[in-house]
Amino acid sequence: MRFDKTEISLAAVAIALVLFGFVSPGWLIFLLTIAFAKALVVQGVVMQMRSGLVSFGQGLFYCIGGYTVGMGGQFFGIHDAIAALSLGMLVAIAVAMVLGLLLTRYRDIFFAMLSLAFSMILFGILVKSPELGSTDGFNVHNWTIFGWAPDGGESSQHTVFTLTILAGLVIAVLIHRYTKAGIGVICEAVRENEVRVEYLGLSPRWLLYGNYVSAAAVSALGGGLTALATGHVDPEMAYWTTSGEFIFIALLGGLGHVAAPFIAAVVFSVVRTYAIELVPHTWQMILGFTLLGVIVFLPKGLWSLVSRKKAGERA
Amino acid sequence: MKNNKTTFSKYLVSGVAALALTAGLASGASAAENGKFRIGIVTFLSGPAAGPFGVPSANAAKVLVEALNKGELPAPYNKIGINGAEIEAVIIDEAGGATKQVEEYRNLVQRQKVDAVIGYVSSGDCLAVAPVAEELKTFTIAYDCGTSRLFVENSDAKYMFRTGLDASVDNIGAVRYLAATRPDVTRLSGIQQNYSWGQDSWADFTAAAAKLLPESEIVEEQFPKIYQGQYGAEISALSVKRPEIVHSSFWGGDMEALVLQANARGLLEDATGLLTCGEASLATYKDQAPNGMIIGARGPFGAFAPENELNTWFKGVYNAAYDLDPVYPATKMAQAILGLKFAAENAGLADKEIPTADQLAAGLKGASFPSVSGTVEMARGNGHQAMQGISYGEYHYEDGKASIVNSVSFSGECVTPPEGVSAADWIAQGFPGAQCN
Repeated sequence: MRFDKTEISLAAVAIALVLFGFVSPGWLIFLLTIAFAKALVVQGVVMQMRSGLVSFGQGLFYCIGGYTVGMGGQFFGIHDAIAALSLGMLVAIAVAMVLGLLLTRYRDIFFAMLSLAFSMILFGILVKSPELGSTDGFNVHNWTIFGWAPDGGESSQHTVFTLTILAGLVIAVLIHRYTKAGIGVICEAVRENEVRVEYLGLSPRWLLYGNYVSAAAVSALGGGLTALATGHVDPEMAYWTTSGEFIFIALLGGLGHVAAPFIAAVVFSVVRTYAIELVPHTWQMILGFTLLGVIVFLPKGLWSLVSRKKAGERA
Repeated sequence: MKNNKTTFSKYLVSGVAALALTAGLASGASAAENGKFRIGIVTFLSGPAAGPFGVPSANAAKVLVEALNKGELPAPYNKIGINGAEIEAVIIDEAGGATKQVEEYRNLVQRQKVDAVIGYVSSGDCLAVAPVAEELKTFTIAYDCGTSRLFVENSDAKYMFRTGLDASVDNIGAVRYLAATRPDVTRLSGIQQNYSWGQDSWADFTAAAAKLLPESEIVEEQFPKIYQGQYGAEISALSVKRPEIVHSSFWGGDMEALVLQANARGLLEDATGLLTCGEASLATYKDQAPNGMIIGARGPFGAFAPENELNTWFKGVYNAAYDLDPVYPATKMAQAILGLKFAAENAGLADKEIPTADQLAAGLKGASFPSVSGTVEMARGNGHQAMQGISYGEYHYEDGKASIVNSVSFSGECVTPPEGVSAADWIAQGFPGAQCN
């Protein structure tokens, strides 16, 4: 197997981050863990954006991933983190395979609204389930990894952080290969002109279906990691504002590169956490202006800063 | 030209990003010890819960911290700040959900280096933060959240405390008030927001009513979604069943909207409203709520707080600063801060010494301290949960002034399950061991 430049740099950054985890303060590790876990969900959104579909309901799979990890430990005795995360992805894939049959028949705003509707249905079901804690949710704890139980506090925080970085690396490499491969390029062609793709003898619908299902799996992994890191899940994970946050991060980063969602998620978390600290009454305004600024000055997201520089060097 | 624009925007965005990141690292380093006692205060500053709960609470915290730093409180709280050390309050917004609150809690403790955290209106946030408080070994007081699961699921808590009462107490108290003042009611109904708070409140209320008002029946229940704002259909559904009592755990804007609409439609003339959180809007109903509507304050807080030196003082400074009487969330915030101060000064430290989390926890566990609401006994949840009485009364509006009449108080032992017994079991067994005055 040969690795290209992007993959090698991704791996180098991942190793550097894991090492950085050993010297940085707890709050920063937590912030980065959540940012990278959310970035995985954003990768799911971006995968669909690349093929021209905007999912306003990616919170559905984020929530499925989180709740599977939580319920696995609480009710089914699945305490192994890797098993629980994989189970979350499998559940998300199963759900996506059913919903995808309907959703891939729709485009544009109709797809967006239908995806939103399904995530709000899950929200509604969870809110009406008192045995799952209704809106209060429940705690996720006592998980192990290959039979080894991290002894609370810092050790478990480091474990989730490392796990998130590794998961992020694997997913990033896979998505990078996918977008560079023929099928990934055709996804962009579907966005540009679906009829033409059909005339080429390909089925855009099944392409989108496969894309939708894989995006669901990636998002569920992000949800599961968030649940492990936070130690709590609640139905808010499926609420439309959560899905909106993922689109916010996707627009912030842009579709230019597989690394963009990760960078955008970190920038988003840092801006938000300092906005809350410095202007506790108007922090939402700071976030709004940030997005406005990016849309006006960098319509292709933060990644265009990097890609423009490259283009300039070549010229 | 195009080139200039791209360079400009490039610098702008990278500048902002760099600024944010360096600000991050810089302030992480600068949060050093400065001899002050830092309190993280978390409550809603935005969203629907900000108006009724968050803002009065934050306002109460501000006046109290200011007065404490000047040593203006009546005895026994007349020492400056916390144990002589000046207080520095860091107020942050609770909006945004449990994941974000866990992140912000860690930021408060690990980056801002607060010595204690007081906060949380939302039960979900309380449940999410409790294990983190134990993990980071940080003294934390939940001042308002109402879930009775808090110390059931965190039964071995060391650092998490709650100085407010849980939602079961509200609803057991409400039924006891009905049994004491209207023992003949038979037709009960309810309208609740469809989320944990509303569901739990209604479950406790109906279970308690089945025991204490055995003649009564539930004629109608409605669960509109939270923040719906328009209750025409629900009010009609309630009206046609001719209930005598309409119980609701609504709060904030939803509650005010319900009262306004139900009153205009005549529902509250035929039936008596019973609002467990009703006191929070005492000053805003004016003539839009009928006289005789039963309201509560989730404990002896706000307008139900007893006359004592501390409360008179607190009402005075709050009124002077904001031109309003403190509502129950404000009283509860004051109570949590006094609890923290009591814990610090109960630990037997030298003057100006900043207590550790363990010393604070030891100081508050099982203690009983004087507060704006009377004496608070930390008598439940292994000494981590406050036990207090609860009062209900009727709204009365006359000559432009709202007041509460026919108030009845029930002691803590009358409305609180014994240690180790869940509220649901206690109610189902018929309140064994309850001591009512």
